[in-house]
Amino acid sequence: MQLTINGTPRAITAAPPAERLPAELGLDPRAVVVELNREIIRRPALAATPVLDGDVVEIVHFVGGG
Amino acid sequence: MLEIGGATFGSRLMVGTGKYRSNAEMIEAIEASGAEIVTVAVRRVSLDRRDESGILHHLSPERYFLLSNTAGCYTADEAIRYARLAREAGFNDFVKLEVIGDKETLLPDTAGLLEATRVLAAEGFKVLAYTNDDLITALRLEDAGAVAVMPLASPIGSGLGLLNPYFIRTIKARLTVPIIVDAGVGTASDACLVMEQGVDGILMNTALAEADEPVRMARAMRLAVEAGREAYLAGRMPRREVAVPSSPTAGMLG
Repeated sequence: MQLTINGTPRAITAAPPAERLPAELGLDPRAVVVELNREIIRRPALAATPVLDGDVVEIVHFVGGG
Repeated sequence: MLEIGGATFGSRLMVGTGKYRSNAEMIEAIEASGAEIVTVAVRRVSLDRRDESGILHHLSPERYFLLSNTAGCYTADEAIRYARLAREAGFNDFVKLEVIGDKETLLPDTAGLLEATRVLAAEGFKVLAYTNDDLITALRLEDAGAVAVMPLASPIGSGLGLLNPYFIRTIKARLTVPIIVDAGVGTASDACLVMEQGVDGILMNTALAEADEPVRMARAMRLAVEAGREAYLAGRMPRREVAVPSSPTAGMLG
């Protein structure tokens, strides 16, 4: 399955729900927010949201800023 | 006490978390500044390596009030998108809204800023709007639902200090919501002068992060903000173009 994650094409073998995507990428799920095809996936909806072939995913967190 | 959007704060100094040489130095500087409100930005996580750039690795959301910004956004739509992501990632409904209009000066796009303020306020966001020192824009931001208006002292990261004290005073006199001067202070005297205009608070980042000794500058800024506030409340003496002696003129030797 081909996804675009944070602007980079990426092949994922299984089709996880959005909830498992951060962990599969080695990220702390509590520290990030997932946007799927420009829609923010609210935390309670993460488990029930499938990630499909061709989806555009953004995963963001807080960094230092002014 | 400073009240913004229903939340109260003891410190009138707010600080950013960008551009520090190290996270340890940043934490120590924030502590020395006495700030409670600390700004952060939303960015993509890095997928290429174990990512330690997340600010929550270093900054406790229990200890500080994290105020996310929309820095780097050039349209209302983009800023709205970042604000929504920040709210989902974050701990409150507050956003420091920036809609930038020009890469060279980083001056705000006030039309986009007004549009984004309206949309976000209607969605329940507490919008602190970063703007220029223009009274009319400030008034319209208040009408659009901003809980605080943040006029600049001078351009972001410039360190040029307070360029137009008169405009800042005018904005403070005419608006009801808190006025937090954001951007442009370079050193303690700048912060003191800003607070002497009677504004409610000040936000800074580069003045601390790029000082030779950020922790010492943070301490200086804390004192300057307190001094400026006290001087404003004390009410300064009038300016005169002539000298007036401080010692008695009577009783001089014959």
